[in-house]
Amino acid sequence: MIDPSVLKAGQPDLRGAAKIRVEGLGFFYGAFQALRDVNLAIREQQITAFIGPSGCGKSTFLRALNRMNEIIEGARTQGRVLLDGEDIYASDVDVVALRRRVGMVFQRANPFPMSIFDNVAFGPRIHGLARGGELEALVERSLVRAALWDEVKDKLRQSAFSLSGGQQQRLCIARVLAVEPEVLLMDEPASALDPISTLRIEELMHELQRNYTIVIVTHNMQQAARVSQETGFFLHGELIEFGPSAKMFTQPDDKRTEDYITGRFG
Amino acid sequence: MWVLAIAATVAALTPLVMVLYYVARQGLPALNLDLLTRLPKPVGESGGGMANAIIGTLALIGLASAAGLPLGILGGLYLAEFGRNRFGGGVRFAADVLSGVPSIVIGIFIYAVVVAPMKHFSALAGGAALGVMMIPTVMRTTEELVRLVPVSQREAALSLGATHWRTVFKVVLLAARAGVITGVLLAVARIAGETAPLLFTAFGNRFWSVRLDEPIASLPVQIFTYAISPYDDWHAQAWAGALVLVAMVLLLSIAARYAGRPRSGPGRARMVR
Repeated sequence: MIDPSVLKAGQPDLRGAAKIRVEGLGFFYGAFQALRDVNLAIREQQITAFIGPSGCGKSTFLRALNRMNEIIEGARTQGRVLLDGEDIYASDVDVVALRRRVGMVFQRANPFPMSIFDNVAFGPRIHGLARGGELEALVERSLVRAALWDEVKDKLRQSAFSLSGGQQQRLCIARVLAVEPEVLLMDEPASALDPISTLRIEELMHELQRNYTIVIVTHNMQQAARVSQETGFFLHGELIEFGPSAKMFTQPDDKRTEDYITGRFG
Repeated sequence: MWVLAIAATVAALTPLVMVLYYVARQGLPALNLDLLTRLPKPVGESGGGMANAIIGTLALIGLASAAGLPLGILGGLYLAEFGRNRFGGGVRFAADVLSGVPSIVIGIFIYAVVVAPMKHFSALAGGAALGVMMIPTVMRTTEELVRLVPVSQREAALSLGATHWRTVFKVVLLAARAGVITGVLLAVARIAGETAPLLFTAFGNRFWSVRLDEPIASLPVQIFTYAISPYDDWHAQAWAGALVLVAMVLLLSIAARYAGRPRSGPGRARMVR
């Protein structure tokens, strides 16, 4: 069992309104069902974490929230995902507009083979958000928010690959922030990073939480306990338990959750 | 067994070395500034050069690239992105067949569709013939290299709200650029020395010509013409011209290797051949 002292001090603030409502979500890769009947609400301006063993469907769930699952052939989705009350799977939804509102950070930093500046400017450019001096200001603001500005301000024209792994991941975060999303989906954003870079990403998430709704998938239960207000536990494509992180990691309702967080499997 | 393999390797390399050596030995004595800067002299007069043929070859390469590269690269992108069906399979097969068509046949084809209607030989026709020859190589290389670009690059672009075509043109093609440039340079190197498709398209020209609707000189055709002539000084010039041509192709190949060199970072897809 995780030591309660690692949990955030005080009671989690659960007053935020629901930003995303998931109703009866099911997902299939061909004949394989990766998610079954997931129901939950993700509150705004807080961090919601999802944990579970490999292949439990947590990443699939995350990708269902910005329809990134659709790029896989043979993928099929059931149920509804309501973003501010509107079903993102409705036939009249513009995926481009949706993904602008719901940004994503991936497990491995995936900067484009361009300069640091161009990486961050990519989103604003394709959406026509800003140009010239405005664009420069937007890029700077995004890099500042991603806590990377001081490290790169003198080498914005250098290749993004000249950065370290942790810096590249923060660059990817800056790149998402530049399109000014409302929701940030993070798929194990620190799993390929060293402890110090991981800490920086977690600090950054705390900062960002005030302005964004953050959903994180992680392998690392300590991380989930440290950063999130609410946690969901996935097993074999089912949401076993979902609730305040403090309770989840100390007195879970379900036996399977307890077995997982005490390290009996996974 | 190893001895046999090494012997076979040496045997395979010997012709290459011998060709280079022989061309250099025969060509160097006749290689001078006049050859690179002067026009051919009339029969019987000594001296003169192949400047018009060198410029002509460069012009033909330019025309061929203008025709072949957009078609080849866009076709390759299409195959990589949408080619997983029967039509894609058909296109792929057609490209493979086209790359196997003898170059003289391509020359005849262009004669029929370009030269005959225009009623005369032209640089345009020569460029078209060479361009057709470039298409399959460029198309298949582009396809292969675009397929090698990591999915993570696509995902990054799509998750930022980029449309499919923007993702392909702004990110995937950029990530594959080193390899695509290599493929293009190799295709150019291959057509630079082609003679057969030019014989009855670009034809040849003993004078300066910058007009695209007129016959134009080229190194391979000039070499061919000089080599089968009965004059000794033309033979010497043919050797020197051959040396220049080999040097041009060699430079392109070296440039191709340099462009395709792997650099740090993902997404720098590299030539697999």
